[in-house]
Amino acid sequence: MNAIYLDNNATTRVDPLVVEAMLPYFTEQFGNPSSIHRFADGVAKGIKQARHQVQELIGCEHDSEIIFTSCGTESDSTAILSAIKAQPDRKEIITTTVEHPAILSLCEYLEKEGYTIHRMPVDKIGRLDLDAYKSLLSDRVAIVSVMWANNETGTLFPVVEMAEMAHAAGVMFHTDAVQAVGKIPMMLKDTKIDMLSLSGHKLHAPKGIGVLYLRRGTRFRPLLRGGHQERGRRAGTENSAAIVGLGKACELALANIEHENTVVKAMRDRLERSIVELIPNCFITGDVENRLPNTTDIAFEYIEGEAILMLLNKAGIAASSGSACTSGSLEPSHVMRAMDIPYTAAHGTIRFSFSRYNTMEEVDEVLKVMPDIAANLRKLSPYWDGNGPVANPEQAFQPTYA
Amino acid sequence: MWDYSEKVQEHFFNPKNAGAVADANAIGEVGSISCGDALRLTLRVNEETETIEDAGFQTFGCGSAIASSSVLTEIIKGLTLDEALKVTNQDIANELDGLPPEKMHCSVMGREALQAAVANYRGEEWKDDHEEGALICKCFAIDAVMIEEMVVANNLRTVEDVTNFTKAGGGCAACHEDIEGILTKVLAERGEKFDPNAAPIEVAASAKEKMPMTNLQRIKKIEEVLDKLRPQLMADGGNVELVEVIGNTAYVNMTGACSGCQMAAMTIGGIQQRLMEELGEFIKVVPASQMPKAAAAGA
Ligand SMILES: Cc1ncc(COP(=O)(O)O)c(C=O)c1O
Ligand code: FES
Repeated sequence: MNAIYLDNNATTRVDPLVVEAMLPYFTEQFGNPSSIHRFADGVAKGIKQARHQVQELIGCEHDSEIIFTSCGTESDSTAILSAIKAQPDRKEIITTTVEHPAILSLCEYLEKEGYTIHRMPVDKIGRLDLDAYKSLLSDRVAIVSVMWANNETGTLFPVVEMAEMAHAAGVMFHTDAVQAVGKIPMMLKDTKIDMLSLSGHKLHAPKGIGVLYLRRGTRFRPLLRGGHQERGRRAGTENSAAIVGLGKACELALANIEHENTVVKAMRDRLERSIVELIPNCFITGDVENRLPNTTDIAFEYIEGEAILMLLNKAGIAASSGSACTSGSLEPSHVMRAMDIPYTAAHGTIRFSFSRYNTMEEVDEVLKVMPDIAANLRKLSPYWDGNGPVANPEQAFQPTYA
Repeated sequence: MWDYSEKVQEHFFNPKNAGAVADANAIGEVGSISCGDALRLTLRVNEETETIEDAGFQTFGCGSAIASSSVLTEIIKGLTLDEALKVTNQDIANELDGLPPEKMHCSVMGREALQAAVANYRGEEWKDDHEEGALICKCFAIDAVMIEEMVVANNLRTVEDVTNFTKAGGGCAACHEDIEGILTKVLAERGEKFDPNAAPIEVAASAKEKMPMTNLQRIKKIEEVLDKLRPQLMADGGNVELVEVIGNTAYVNMTGACSGCQMAAMTIGGIQQRLMEELGEFIKVVPASQMPKAAAAGA
């Protein structure tokens, strides 16, 4: 059996057409795009085309609104640091409790520097309270940063509406759309989003290439100063091969966006529906009605995520787990905690994330092994007794010292 | 995925003694579902000889928690209670050919469950005497609670102080920002400000001995540790030879069954972990084949 890759929210395989588009930029067209000779003349054209391909996918007005960066994280950092440097009198930042560490760690750091960080909570299925959001918007806020789609659950936030609200209050709006771009259609020119981050490796382009979309006219301060690359907004010689690859990947993503929302979605739907039917005591987390088409995050009660992953891996299936059992204080993922998923389930969440490379046969393979994996681990669990959880698991297992 | 040893995988995929022992007369329970791992150890103890006749475990937790529980039951079967109490978490980890530093707490949980079970058998009360915090220093597996306690108890002021007292920060130095964070917080609590340039406090004589080793001391110490590990390697048909030490890098030859086998890299990782623990400083173990040319010619 071939290995089954269901971890596409972590990263994706580079599309062979993307590889093909990139290769000449390592060998023939390796020149510095700023140079004036024949090793370089194709490079600037390649980059220009890529910029256009990205523009088409995200639907922005001008291709000069695309700034190539090294990754999603760099785009996130650039956006937030630019907003606070350009508006030194504004000392507050609005974000959410469920952002990626690329945002949360930076905010934590800025908090130590004296910034006030408003981290908006979510409800049990991961939704924000827009009234509460509205009341936070003021002229003290330098930037709002809210992810478009959550990397663990796939839950979508109403960023278009939230950007309107921020705009009305005169506040800059950034969205980390690393998980959303290429999976759901978007038309940035019809929105009030000022900045948006995307990352190549989540949409079948290589790792190490990202984009910051910067709406024309948005006040900006570069993170990296130096040469005139990217119109001086991101200095450093262009990663031309990766840029060209990202362009190709965006073209392919646009061509496949319908497929993503029909065929890929059907695989995801079948997998999660069957798992919930076949296996007792498990449930889907997040806002099920309002999600990326490729992502499902399932909480298996009374067993632990890493153990599940190891058994899946042995069966040739790659997925991922929100719980990071990495230290003395074992916290389940911050996203699960934010949704108040009970501890009995939060440690056992598994994310399956699809791409256009997956097949229904692969879904069947997962369905063949998953029930036994859950049953076998539950046999080992002190919280499980025969066919169901022990009565009152939290009480039944009460270490004397606690 | 973690770089788990073959032993860990073996015990995870085919756990030994899973389930509760029938007519157990000693039960130890530690952990809880909220902190992500929990272990119930059940023992049948022979009341005359106090030997452990049977042991079973039920574990909620990650791969290494399950493997640690499984190997623990194997280690203690047949031991007397007093013998069993001498089993340390390091013994559990060693039996598994090492655990990643982030996972050492799994072996600690095993030892605690054992202590709790023995206490339960003897009708004593067992108290968990330590609290674990977020892992700060990966080189030496030191967590935040440990560092904070040491900072408070000994009035530590600098990263260097923390390294001298806990080893944390004495390796790759990547954790220095976090250690500074802890210092800043604790110092602020007693109304002081963290000063990165403060002079390190006087180190007590005993700690001073642990201060930078000469190269000769280091080589001797490495040889000592390798000698201790040798029986284990030889049992698997392999061996290790120290070729050269340059700064903090030890170049070794893996011989016998260890040479060239897939496990060599893993074994080298295990040896490195052990050396760092015993020497209290960062040591990098590298196959002699990767030794710089000039040094190799001299060796
Ligand atoms: C929502 C989100 N933001 C940011 C990132 C970071 O992107 P990159 O790996 O390109 O830095 C990721 C990827 O893990 C992500 O899922
Ligand atoms: S992590 Fe602390 S010294 Fe390496």
